[in-house]
Amino acid sequence: MSRPIRLALAAAGLTALAGLASAQAFEPQKAHELRESHMKLMGAHLGVLGAMAKGETDYDAATAGAAAGALAGLADAVGAAGDVYWVEGSSSEQIADSRALPAIWEKMGEFEEHQASLVEATSVMQDAAGTDLAALQGAMGGLGGACGDCHKAFRKPEE
Amino acid sequence: MIRRALGAAAALALLAAGTGWVLTAPEPLPEEVLAGPPGDAARGARVFAAAGCAACHVAPEADIGDAPVLSGGRAFASPFGTFYAPNISPSTQGVGDWSDAEIVNAVMRGVSPSGAHYYPALPYAAYARAEPQDMRDLVAHLRELPPSEAENRPHDLPFPFSIRRGVGLWKLMNLREEWVVDGDLPEPAERGRYIAEALAHCGECHTPRGPLGGLDQARWLSGAPNPSGEGRIPNITPAGLDWSEEDIAYYLETGFTPDFDTAGGEMALVVEEMARLSSEDRAAVAAYLKSVPPVE
Repeated sequence: MSRPIRLALAAAGLTALAGLASAQAFEPQKAHELRESHMKLMGAHLGVLGAMAKGETDYDAATAGAAAGALAGLADAVGAAGDVYWVEGSSSEQIADSRALPAIWEKMGEFEEHQASLVEATSVMQDAAGTDLAALQGAMGGLGGACGDCHKAFRKPEE
Repeated sequence: MIRRALGAAAALALLAAGTGWVLTAPEPLPEEVLAGPPGDAARGARVFAAAGCAACHVAPEADIGDAPVLSGGRAFASPFGTFYAPNISPSTQGVGDWSDAEIVNAVMRGVSPSGAHYYPALPYAAYARAEPQDMRDLVAHLRELPPSEAENRPHDLPFPFSIRRGVGLWKLMNLREEWVVDGDLPEPAERGRYIAEALAHCGECHTPRGPLGGLDQARWLSGAPNPSGEGRIPNITPAGLDWSEEDIAYYLETGFTPDFDTAGGEMALVVEEMARLSSEDRAAVAAYLKSVPPVE
């Protein structure tokens, strides 16, 4: 295949991909709803770990390990879904009930650093949760900090 | 006759003005309160965290961390204008050249080394209830933190709030040494009252204010508009917060609510400070919150 033709084909492919990507981005309302579902799922697995940390349920290494694994997977998935989740037009000023502050779009680099911190904190928890109760309890503070740091900067306070 | 009446009126006005001048004068702490054993920096680190100094006095967006740089500069919007937190690091721009007594007077009485009033954006109405020894410990810790030579930014206040002497009037109306939740409380609620009312100044955000910015003590901790304009600060009396004491203590340690949402906004900073306290102290604050009169 000659070079010009290869280039033309590559360009066509890129254009097609770009078209695909924009076609795949969620509508703002849909993006908002899925983000909230994602956060609630994280809360569910945190709830299993937290109940053990607080002594409300007995510590069980297998259960804790599974919850921590799911949590780490969800944290990875937030980052991976960035382009489809944080679509323009879905901030707290544009969607009723959204608490995603416009600052997310204004400081996307900083926002992504917070996501990386979350991934790091969930990975620490993944190592700790199956070890013993003390390790699990110790990792909860770091997780709370990772969640809280981002919420502090980028989530609208409750009405 | 008329002249005499005018003269009397003028004398009365002068007397009133004079009385007002005397009443609004800054009032430093007595010597015997300021005297005492030197501060213990290690103890002071916990007092410093409980008093929440760093959350307001670090630079905007800066992390608190283990050795916060108290360079100031954060803006605090209020109905009276915008306050800028000053540099309180141990430097020439900060409080490095002040005596211990001068710093304690600033914190507990809102009086500067030159004898001027500070605005109550500095919550000295809470710190006035603190143990002087805790304050000396706090000062010892403060002196070990990193210095910053950042210059102070003047507050942005319209007339008449730009007149510092007027703060004397505010102090007359709002400075109380008694506890808000008065009477004997069982331990650990009593310890919790000390932390919450004297150090952590929870009421500054969680209690609604009157027209002149004084806290409405009848509605203590019952929630208030957020001064930043976004949302509302929640009611944390038993009428508004039905979490268990364990849940409250755990929230103050990790930031996690009972359904594993987390603290946001300013409260995330507060949690960062409360996490540095002992678990007994967090449990004490939780016990205190259960002793606060419920306000709908």
